[in-house]
Amino acid sequence: MQLIYEKSVPGRRGVRLPASDVPAAPELPAALRRQEPAALPEASELDVVRHFTGLSRRNYSVDTNFYPLGSCTMKYNAKALEEAAKLFAPYHPMVPLLPHGSSFSQGCLGLAYELGAALAEITGMDEVTTQPLAGAHGEMTGIMLIAAYHEAKGNKKKYVVVPDSSHGTNPASAAMVGYEIITVPTAPYGDMNLDKFREVMTDEVAAVMMTCPNTLGLFNPHIQEICDIAHDHDALMYYDGANLNAILGKVRPGDVGFDVIHLNLHKTFGTPHGGGGPGSGPVGVKKQLVPFLPSPRIVKYDDGCYGVDAPAHGSIGRTAGFFGNFGVMAKAFAYITMLGRDGLIQVSEQAVLNANYVMSKLKDVYDLPYDQTCMHECVFSAARQVKNEVHAIDIAKFLIDRGYHPPTVYFPLIVKEAIMIEPTETESKETLDAFIAVMREAAELAGTDPAAFAEMPRTMPVTRLDETKAAREQNVCYFGC
Amino acid sequence: MSTASYCPNTPEEVREMLAATGASSIDDLFRPIPPGLRARSFELPAGMSEFEMLHRFETLAGKNAQHLSHFVGGGYYDHLIPAVVDHLAGRAEFYTAYTPYQPECSQGTLQALFEYQTAICRLTGMEVSNASLYDGGTALAEAAMMALRITGRNRLVIDGAVNPFHREIVRTYLANLDVELVEIGPKLGMEDDLRLRATIDDATAAVLVQNPNFFGSVSDFRRLAADAHAAGALLVVSAYPVALGIVESPGAMGADIVVGDGQSLGNPLSFGGPSFGFIASRKEYIRNLPGRIIGETVDKNGQRGFVLTLQAREQHIKRHKATSNICSNQSLCALRGLIFLSSLGKQGLVELARLNYDKAEYAKKTLGNLGGVEVMNGGATFNEFTVCLPKIAEEVVTALLRKGVAAGVPLSPYYPEMERCMVVTVTEKRTKDEIDTLARHLEGILCS
Amino acid sequence: METYFTKEHEWVKVKDGVASVGITEYAAHQLGDVTFVELPKVGKTVKQFEVLAAIESVKAASDIYAPVSGKVTQVNEALDERPEIVNEAAEDAGWMAIMDMADPAELQKLMTREQYDEYVRSLG
Repeated sequence: MQLIYEKSVPGRRGVRLPASDVPAAPELPAALRRQEPAALPEASELDVVRHFTGLSRRNYSVDTNFYPLGSCTMKYNAKALEEAAKLFAPYHPMVPLLPHGSSFSQGCLGLAYELGAALAEITGMDEVTTQPLAGAHGEMTGIMLIAAYHEAKGNKKKYVVVPDSSHGTNPASAAMVGYEIITVPTAPYGDMNLDKFREVMTDEVAAVMMTCPNTLGLFNPHIQEICDIAHDHDALMYYDGANLNAILGKVRPGDVGFDVIHLNLHKTFGTPHGGGGPGSGPVGVKKQLVPFLPSPRIVKYDDGCYGVDAPAHGSIGRTAGFFGNFGVMAKAFAYITMLGRDGLIQVSEQAVLNANYVMSKLKDVYDLPYDQTCMHECVFSAARQVKNEVHAIDIAKFLIDRGYHPPTVYFPLIVKEAIMIEPTETESKETLDAFIAVMREAAELAGTDPAAFAEMPRTMPVTRLDETKAAREQNVCYFGC
Repeated sequence: MSTASYCPNTPEEVREMLAATGASSIDDLFRPIPPGLRARSFELPAGMSEFEMLHRFETLAGKNAQHLSHFVGGGYYDHLIPAVVDHLAGRAEFYTAYTPYQPECSQGTLQALFEYQTAICRLTGMEVSNASLYDGGTALAEAAMMALRITGRNRLVIDGAVNPFHREIVRTYLANLDVELVEIGPKLGMEDDLRLRATIDDATAAVLVQNPNFFGSVSDFRRLAADAHAAGALLVVSAYPVALGIVESPGAMGADIVVGDGQSLGNPLSFGGPSFGFIASRKEYIRNLPGRIIGETVDKNGQRGFVLTLQAREQHIKRHKATSNICSNQSLCALRGLIFLSSLGKQGLVELARLNYDKAEYAKKTLGNLGGVEVMNGGATFNEFTVCLPKIAEEVVTALLRKGVAAGVPLSPYYPEMERCMVVTVTEKRTKDEIDTLARHLEGILCS
Repeated sequence: METYFTKEHEWVKVKDGVASVGITEYAAHQLGDVTFVELPKVGKTVKQFEVLAAIESVKAASDIYAPVSGKVTQVNEALDERPEIVNEAAEDAGWMAIMDMADPAELQKLMTREQYDEYVRSLG
């Protein structure tokens, strides 16, 4: 399909702006004035509509395809959430920051505050900031809070400990805050190796970052012990909330002993992923970390009104422009409001049921390196298929041809040829049965005609793409017309 | 009557599925969780239908002041959004997809983001762009860290006329790193860059400036760029994309890295988010860019296609050695930016910038003519300017808010010595009537 | 000319106190199509087993460690334009740096060809 720039016709116009109702001002001085207008597309409105509608049809999405992408919680995005967010589109974030301005923004401030309060109850934390703009941003904010806590106590800390099955963002976020990383291997039963963990724990460890259930979809039964060991060294426990969908209403990280948590509203709370964003990554903390929360902080006064607090002395400062990805927050709050207590508990129950159902129906044809009751996702290995030179990526391409977005492949790194399936709670048994049948078909084909995979996918606008060429040539911007 | 639920399985299906797993009940599936770790509380209200929820949300939204006349910016601007933006970005194939890890079934998102990268390069005068960052402030912080990596130096100079929120984000990001951040206090009415230029030394990784700056002034950074380059430092410019319709591109002025906030390109105010940050640079720095990048390639048949590229920079491969920790970005907002720029087009963006400039010039002249009001900018401005009042600006803004006019951003919270100054923003959405009303109210308050 | 190997899959060939350094064919195969080699600067001094260079493929990135201590005197600039040379001839034209070796005794800590081949077999 042509690029919008290739469809451009000199002089063609799209949307027209209102006429000016003020006199034309003298031009900017020559040194400041743009000499050549930016070479943006020149297209009619219909050209633009056809172009982007055409592009949209070259995507798989939750609304068009089952999308069991592990670790991403690709659940259905309720349409009412979109309507809820639109109600808040016109409000300017500077208004509550003007003198006495908060009384003009009670609706928005109230929503952000009450969302934070609900998330605090859901996670068992004392206070939540909604400012971080995505999960990784929340991780970085959380580690900054931990750094501020240790600095205030005069603790000399140097390291952050992560299991080798962790999301890449965990070590990357800790490194952004200046910590060195210690990686702990996974034990044969799928959890962090406790003996190795004890060995690396010293008073120089600032924090331990865990995902629970972990990226294998397994709940670590020793999690409380891990928290206790960390706390003995005055290291804080960080909970990566990417997998919270598994334990909504069942476990609260705050009760278990975690001190800091980030949430991915775009995973657990049903807001759409937008082709890669925007997300929203609120951070919850226990009392001892509250003084360090980012500014501006939204507060609720005794009279029931909401306001913006003056920056606290110990605050780490701003981590983002205003109060967070508010539009995403509004959707998440709508989701929590609609589902309510019982609805949220049903989410984790059905998510875990769906994952175990898929696991039980596929484990005879795919290797299951950690064969236990899983939580919201299960991780297979294509090791058996690799003996016939059929790799996880080949099975992924087979699925594309059959109308499924593939599961996450090659993650977690500790499983060779990993195939990580997260069905989510919003899929029906019929959908899962059809997917299971296709997965079994792939396994069978790997035995009977492994060569067939090489040409897949064949039903898409493009066949397999040359990623090496892209990385070597680095054409990331169109230089034609 | 009943609450919303998106779990489709019937009780009969649940029974069949449980039987397949060998579990005796749903609770049985949660047996890996030791009983002592179960939630001690989960006190949330009962749910409701979408109709009741929306009714409640309408009431909540109604608690915000309606129909304020906005002359405030602070990095977020009240601009027109063509109808096509909502309709096209609202296509579920875009907004319910995820990161295009599987390129064959994600060509829509990938090609759109490649076109977005191209638009950003063309706007800023740069050679390479990533596929978006979170917002303008975090993009500036990422640019600062990028400059530290590129030069191997640990000193940064930042202009005090950069948006104070963005400066604070940079400070927050750098707080735990071994970096010296030098902030050069601004002098209103003296928009020369002599003091910035004098601060560059051989240890300086980059100079960070904003154009137009927080006070609205448009600057020529060519000499600053030359001085920075002579010292082996980079010039990082935070730009306002609408201004780039008529203001010379940062690339043409010698910038090495250009960042900014894309909110003004088709993203609603939405109380401060989501918008998107952009970052673009000269090609030689592409491996130091943070976040996702889309690259062009071919498929097995030689047909053009697009993929995520240079992923070895990113956290999912390089973990703690990655150029940044960013994973999710603001793709959908960047897509809105691209649709906005495509529907307005080459000439449309120039006209949009011109409308902003003309209206702000009219407002500047009108307010400047009021007794005791002084326009503080020494040179040209775009769609914002700074006025000094004969009264405390915070008190004036408070009084005008009660009349339904958000007159400007008082400077004293950010520059304590400027307690009589405020920044006034005038976008294309403000009519001559609104500007005249602002002037009339302001005059009334100043005379009272 | 003797060739020695590290557990991290670097090789070093030594002649008259001058060492040439690269990665093994096994490592190149494991990485897949190499897309970038970050070469050290000429004049850089490194200690044995410290990071010397870095290498990337589409789906992986790894550091390359100095098999011996010394000073880099020359780098293989051909890899800037054609990183695929590493895949084509990892242990020959795909060399990365030439170093003035500081301490020949360090070679005792490395593996011979036979030991390395045995080591690779043990990795399965």
